[in-house]
Amino acid sequence: MLVVLNKDAFQIQREQDVILFRNRVKEFAVRIGMGVVNQTKLITAASELVRNMLRYASGGEVLIEVITRGRENGIRLTFKDQGPGIPDIKLAMQDGYSTGRSLGLGLPGTKRLVSEFDIKSTVGVGTTVTIVKWKNG
Amino acid sequence: MLALLRSKKPQILERWIQHQLTLDTLRDDLISNDELREQSEGIVNLIVDQISEQTLALDPYALEPILEYLSGIAISRARHGFSPRETSFYLFSLKNAMLDMLAESAGSDIAALYDMTRSLGRFFDELSTSTFETFIKGREEVILRQTDEIAEISTPVIRVWDQILAMPLIGTLDSARTQVVMENLLQAIVDTGSEIAILDISGVPAVDSLVAQHLIKTVSATRLMGAECIISGIRPEIAQTVVQLGIDLSQVITKATLASALKSAFSMLKLEVRKTQSQKPFLI
Ligand SMILES: Nc1ncnc2c1ncn2[C@@H]1O[C@H](COP(=O)(O)OP(=O)(O)O)[C@@H](O)[C@H]1O
Ligand SMILES: [Mg+2]
Repeated sequence: MLVVLNKDAFQIQREQDVILFRNRVKEFAVRIGMGVVNQTKLITAASELVRNMLRYASGGEVLIEVITRGRENGIRLTFKDQGPGIPDIKLAMQDGYSTGRSLGLGLPGTKRLVSEFDIKSTVGVGTTVTIVKWKNG
Repeated sequence: MLALLRSKKPQILERWIQHQLTLDTLRDDLISNDELREQSEGIVNLIVDQISEQTLALDPYALEPILEYLSGIAISRARHGFSPRETSFYLFSLKNAMLDMLAESAGSDIAALYDMTRSLGRFFDELSTSTFETFIKGREEVILRQTDEIAEISTPVIRVWDQILAMPLIGTLDSARTQVVMENLLQAIVDTGSEIAILDISGVPAVDSLVAQHLIKTVSATRLMGAECIISGIRPEIAQTVVQLGIDLSQVITKATLASALKSAFSMLKLEVRKTQSQKPFLI
């Protein structure tokens, strides 16, 4: 069973929020004793998703949660925006696909960096990406 | 009642200034008494002249000139280092001065006095809330300006050897910052005629795909100038993350430490560093 131990919501509106948000994620990761490699992977994944949110959906909200399942502790991040949505998720998840003339590694790379990855998007409604990084995952 | 307030304008100003001088939030270190009087006079003139049924009903259109004037003052106070508390008390003491005036002159019409007190209370709540918001905006501007300044000063280019430059990067590389870094670096390459530039990212907390793209762009620009660029200070956790993210750094020379980057810069320039043969004997 999955239990939420602690949570916090964070508004993302501008570029400056990226660093503040990443620092907050780091605080949570340090608090559950996550090692520096997994911490860096989580922070980098968070950075990718939050930048997407700013760039393609002009901001949104992130829920940061400390979760536990059995003996494992972890961090779950839920990125929710009310942007244009993604018409073809399969395409967006391909390495190198970008509508923003950037590297196109944000979504597929994030999926590789975390333990669990889920994306839901509806055109005209918005996008929600949820990631979990287990402390030892 | 409104007419009464208007006729008592000079007294309200005097009373307000008296109030302020007794407050412990008075900051005569930040503003001289003359300036304070001038600022206060401006506010009293404006508020007492503009006060009307509409402004008291918080009609946004009627409030606008007052709010605009007060936001100018709030921003200037924020820049001068006043705390939000000091600025709030400044306004609240004007309310008290006006209420005192009313109480002294209103006579026996308690109901009317009560109504007016409530209206003035709401009016000042609105003013101080809005001034508070502006105050915060003023502070945010200060922070943004400082961010720019930090970006400027935190990208020094160091000439570590003849024809070798090093640039330690600290903090996050956003688009604006990359621009500064790149300009500084390219200019320094031209100015010093350097062959090799070392970008040290030991102080960069995370390399995501945007930062990587900026780094790659900087390396290409350096090569276009005819120089070579080495990226050093790649910590093990950063290396693992970058690989998993799928970033291709195969075209970039990377080193774990600044020392090893310097070593390969030496060998690229066919320089050799070694111990001298003839050690002078130590004299004890
Ligand atoms: N939150 C979002 N809202 C709308 N579109 C998005 C969002 N996130 C990603 N996308 C789309 O998915 C594409 C791939 O994203 P990503 O893998 O991060 O690469 P990049 O950001 O470099 O383009 C983007 O170019 C964009 O078209
Ligand atoms: Mg992206």
